[in-house]
Order: sequence, then C-alpha cells, then structure tokens
Amino acid sequence: MAKARVKVPKKAKKGEVITIKTLIKHKMQRATKDKKTGEPIPRNIIHTFEATFNGKTFFSSKWDTGVSANPYCAFTHKVQESGEYEFKWVDDKNETYTAKAKIEVA
Amino acid sequence: MGGVAGGRRAAGGSAVKGLLGIAGAVGMLALAGGGWMAINANDAQACEECKGKYQVGDKKSGYLYSTPETQAMQDDDFQNQGMLWVERGRALFTQVEGEAGKSCASCHEKPEKLRGAYPVYPKYDEKTKQLINIEQRINRCRTEQMKAKPWKWESDELLSMTALVGFVSRGMPVNVKVDGPAKPFFEKGKAFYFQRRGQLDMACKNCHIDNPGKMIRADLLSEGRAGGNFPVYRLKWQKLGSLHRRFRGCNKQVRAKPYKAGSPEYVNLELYVKWRSNGLPVEVPGVRR
Amino acid sequence: MSKVRIEMVDRREFLIIGGSAAAALAALSSGALAELKPDDEVGLLNKITKGAAPAEGKVKLEMPEIAENGATVPLKVSVDSPMTADDYCKSVTIIATKNPTAYVCNFQFTPDSGKAWASIRIRMATTQEVWAVAEMSDGKFYIGKTTVKVTIGGCGG
Repeated sequence: MAKARVKVPKKAKKGEVITIKTLIKHKMQRATKDKKTGEPIPRNIIHTFEATFNGKTFFSSKWDTGVSANPYCAFTHKVQESGEYEFKWVDDKNETYTAKAKIEVA
Repeated sequence: MGGVAGGRRAAGGSAVKGLLGIAGAVGMLALAGGGWMAINANDAQACEECKGKYQVGDKKSGYLYSTPETQAMQDDDFQNQGMLWVERGRALFTQVEGEAGKSCASCHEKPEKLRGAYPVYPKYDEKTKQLINIEQRINRCRTEQMKAKPWKWESDELLSMTALVGFVSRGMPVNVKVDGPAKPFFEKGKAFYFQRRGQLDMACKNCHIDNPGKMIRADLLSEGRAGGNFPVYRLKWQKLGSLHRRFRGCNKQVRAKPYKAGSPEYVNLELYVKWRSNGLPVEVPGVRR
Repeated sequence: MSKVRIEMVDRREFLIIGGSAAAALAALSSGALAELKPDDEVGLLNKITKGAAPAEGKVKLEMPEIAENGATVPLKVSVDSPMTADDYCKSVTIIATKNPTAYVCNFQFTPDSGKAWASIRIRMATTQEVWAVAEMSDGKFYIGKTTVKVTIGGCGG
C-alpha cells in the first residue's frame, strides 16, 4: 500500500541543490488512554526518518510526539551524479516504511 | 458590550441579537469585525489568481478565509496531507472485493473516468426515490455491483474513495440540481439551514449567511460554501474528514444533538450547502484549520 | 539560567507532604536544580550544547505568527553555513518551550545536503516561543527563536 508520497525532480544539473518533499500517513500516536474504556493506548510514533542517495545517508531526522500526524518533511540534496534515493521511516512498533525515487544528472 | 463591530447590520437583526445575548451570558461566543484574522482575509484576497479561482461572483470558498500558511498546504500536492487519502483511494480502486469478484476498475476502468460525478451529488435517485450523496453512491456500487460490504461512514476506505472521486473532478464547478424531484429534499435542507437549534439556539445561517468575515472567538467565519472541498484535511482533526462529520461538529458547537452521518437530514442539508457552492470549483482534498 | 516548575497540588495533599517540604527545598538549593526534567526546555538546551551558551544569529526559524490550529503548525528552518566538508551545520534541534515535551525533533545534515534547510509541521500545546538550536561542525552552537500564537478556536478549535 502506498503510504508515503515523495517528490524528487526527475532531472537536475550537476552540483544543483534540489528540494525533496516527503509525506507519510501515520497517526503519530502519543501515549494516552482510550476516552471510553480507559484502556492505555501505547505511544506509536515514527521516531526516525532517513534519506540516502546511492546508499549514503545525507539527511536524517529524529522525531518526537511534537511532530504532527501524517508527517511532512522537506529537505535538500546537492546532486553530483545520477542515482537512486531511498527514504526510510521507522515507528515504535518497529515497522519500516520505504520509498524510492530516481534522478538523472544531465 | 462588544459584539458586532465594523458595521454591516445583518438582515436578521434578531439573529445577531441572539448571538450577542449568548456571548454575554455564556461568554462563549464573541463576534467582532476587524482584528488580525480580517487582515489575513485581505491578504488572501490580495492574491488575484486565487481570487479568480476561489471566488465566483460574490461566492467565496472557505479557502479565502484561511491563512496563507493553510492555503499553501492545500496548493501543493506534496504538502497537502489529504493527498495521502487520494493515493489510498487509487489503491482501493483496483482492489477486488465481494462475491461478484469485481473492483471499481471492473466497471469504471480508471478513476479519471469518474470525472464529473462529484460536482453533481447529492442527486435524486430514481430507484430508491431518495436523495443520495457521493459516499452513498460509492457504497451502492459496492453492495450492488461488487456484492461487497458497504464501507462504514468515516472509515479510512470510504474517505479515501470519496477523496479520489472528488479529486478527479478538481477544477470543475460544483453543479447540483435542486429542481424537479430533488426539490422537496432541497427545501428540507434549506429549512434545516434556517432552523435554530441547540442550547445556543443558533441556525447554520446565523454564522454563515449573517456573519461571514467576522470573528467567532478566535476563528474567522466563512460563508460555509463547503460544496467543493470535502472530504477535507482539517488541521484540528489531523486527518481527512467528511462534510457530515463537520455538520456534526457544527451542531455540537451550538449544543444541539447531532444527527447521524449519512442520515437523510444531513444529506438534505448537504444538497443545500452544495447548492450554495454551485459554480465554485472542486478543490478536493481541501485543507482547513 | 534555570527555572523551577511549580506543580499544582491540592490542599490536602499539600498538608501531607508539607512536612517534607523543608527537606525538599533544601535539596533544591543544593544543586538539585541542575536535575531538571529531561524535557524541560532549559535542561534540554544545556544537554544539547553541553552547557555552552548558544550564540544568536545564523539560524532562521520561520513559523506563522498566528497558527490557525496548534495541531499542525508549519515550520521552516535554515542555517547560514557554506555546507562544505570542513565547515557545515551538523544538526538543528527544535524545542517548543511550553509543550509538555519540549523536545520536538532534530535534523541531521551533511555537506551533501547542500543547504542546512528543512521544513516540517509540529504540534503546539499553547502560545509559546520555539527555539532552533544549530550545532556546527566546528563545535559552535547557534540559536534562532520565534514566537507563535496558538489560537483557541470558536468553532475550528
């Protein structure tokens, strides 16, 4: 299921700094109690985001409960060569979500 | 007493008086012209392109009552969190379910084929002699064509599919029919809109016809022309939600007992609200505060 | 500079714990102030900078002056840095000073980032100051601040 949305330009010039936008569907659930039953609801947030290019991490981010649900995160990359991006999100249940995108250097 | 500043006596003087009485007594509502939010509204209007897009005649979409930051979230599909539901809708479109072994794609091929459906619902349905909205139409497809279970109201699935069906009609003008067999439903919806209700004794009209552009506590009242933007990604909800969920919220705010989502009362009301939006573009998924 | 948080206690509870209050006060004055809650903004800042006072400037934190809803407040941060292999911004930490958990998030940059720039949306419990603390590759710290008013809606809230 497509859970994440990622925007990476298809082409860039060598040395260009591009902006990458990412969105992922996630509740970013804080630890709380069920309003009706009083049952505890454990915290389940995405705590780590990582962006790699051709296997090398160039940007990462650690999140806490203060990050809004369905997190949006945008950042930049200085493109030196053609290749593939991999984006990775990890939550408290240790579920990992990934997305990939290619870029071509003209 | 503060109350309605900035002139413009509303047509229903008693309505405003009613509001003020409540503001005084309950200390819950206060309407005031000007203030910082009005500045935001002007900012929004300053964007000529937006104005052309989101204003038709004197009808203004709620978009023009949002802050520039909220507008920016809607404008870019990669910042608009509602697009996550549209994506899910696409995945569901080809998912085979039910005894008939069909998916939406079995009949409709691709979502884009449904362009034009969203702007004309709620619509009178010959078969059941009822007024049905887009969510109900989707569920009808599921139960009758796919022989699958209907999706629950406000479920992620139904929201996603509704968002997708709305999304493919983006930019088209809202265009519901209110004459012919739809007329009695429309009249009921209109009556609902003007009917005072709840402990605060307020009708939809008191806010959205009499006082748009003014403040209700810290919020800027819109014209309630919500026909083109739901399901909406509400910052408060931190998720996508249906128009009926918003109706329920509004009803609760005036301390009235809300109707059930999908009830005939709300479908009639939806027709009236959507008629008020006729001509405004479909924006699904909209982003609002 | 540190700050003590005063917790509300009901009167009866206060009477019961009253006896130990003197001892608690003594403990506070004897350096226990340093042991603030880890999510306290000042403690957090000290933890990041290892006690060093961050310099003002270089960090630009952009947020709306007024947030329509505290649940989703857009944030952009950028740090003035050449982002070369020997001179770059390593990280930026976002601190919401009046949130129950002041620590919001942290961005880790590399010279490959090209710019020390990131955008995200955060939850804000109330009107407050937000801090962005940048750590540079030379070990220096910079801070940028902004205040966001979080409105309590009439209907939207």
